[in-house]
Amino acid sequence: MTEQRSHQHDRDHDHHPEPPSEVEARALALESLLREKGLISGEEIDRIVSAYEHDIGPMIGAAVVARAWVDPEYRQRLLAEPAAAVAELNPGAPNATNLAVVPDTPEVHNLVVCTLCSCYPWAVLGLPPSWYKSAAYRSRAVSEPREVLKEFGLALPESVRVNVWDSSSDLRYMILPERPAGTEGWSEPELAAIVTRDCMIGVALPQVPAAVRS
Amino acid sequence: MGGMHGFGPVQTEPDEPVFQAAWEGRVLALQARTRGRWYHLDEFRNAIERMPAARYLDASYYERWLTALETLMVEKGVITRDELATGHATAPAPQPPPRPADDRPPLRPRFRIGDRVVTRNAHPRGHTRMPRYVRGRHGAVRTVNGPFLLPDTNAHSRSRDWEPVYAVEFWVRELWGLDSDDCVCVDLWESYLEAET
Repeated sequence: MTEQRSHQHDRDHDHHPEPPSEVEARALALESLLREKGLISGEEIDRIVSAYEHDIGPMIGAAVVARAWVDPEYRQRLLAEPAAAVAELNPGAPNATNLAVVPDTPEVHNLVVCTLCSCYPWAVLGLPPSWYKSAAYRSRAVSEPREVLKEFGLALPESVRVNVWDSSSDLRYMILPERPAGTEGWSEPELAAIVTRDCMIGVALPQVPAAVRS
Repeated sequence: MGGMHGFGPVQTEPDEPVFQAAWEGRVLALQARTRGRWYHLDEFRNAIERMPAARYLDASYYERWLTALETLMVEKGVITRDELATGHATAPAPQPPPRPADDRPPLRPRFRIGDRVVTRNAHPRGHTRMPRYVRGRHGAVRTVNGPFLLPDTNAHSRSRDWEPVYAVEFWVRELWGLDSDDCVCVDLWESYLEAET
């Protein structure tokens, strides 16, 4: 199947300009119909695409994590009422309704997956990366999480338990990682800069650059 | 897909763009503007799941979205198959159906945190949100949430059944027979569960 498809792929790229692929042509046809019928305008489409490309992304979650690291009361609010705590820091961001924030501890490492589709906390992390939506991640994160984490370069000691969260309902899960040692006295923006998307999914831990550590 | 074999290692792509192609973002926007007006998320997921299994596995993420959108827009009478084939509208869209009233009841959970439960060994033909790998398994309630609409009936527009939803903790030993202290928490609607006896 793969081989066949790659041949097809080569053929499609033999001549220029490329005609739209079959799926692209279908997308264009549906868009033009819905626009003609007044359900959406081209400007609205542009606005939504631009919001997900520029404004809604992991920087929202990273700011929340950094604040939780420096402010214990905020951390409590974040765990108890996540949507309100996110809105408090990001007034213009989308409403994070039904968000659940799960804190890592020295004993437990948390990891998020959606085995049924690709549920993901869009409001705080933006759109999911391709690997999160892949069959490989969705099938294996629940059955062999430690092997999956190793593929991401994260080898956990046996003393740390792994707790996987399969987000099968209306709740969306975001991980609150532990603040790493060596970040004492850092400002919130400095802290937020080491909180990557992958840290809030649970496939990575916040890293302190070697130069800072020494 | 939980526990299926044969998909290989997880392939990551550093600095991948938000959309792999422009049409993907436009499909997302079409979904964002039509969901909640013409159909809800459970119907959308069900439309994706109605794709033939082999096609589902072979399709890209946004190709699945596009397929579900085409299906629902036709089924809801917004467009016709003929219009889809030609790309030209021949009639205006009907008015969207009225939004359902806010009938969400207060949370009245049957189970409490720490309760031992067993999942029903049910295999419905239609939409459900109980993953196969937890059916007929023993676990314990970790958190109590909701109420949320039961997708099994909501996806088919049969009824609106609000139920508490529990994050149920399953040991990897129970799920996969492995000697491990790791666990998986899965969100499950109350009617998926029975008290352990």
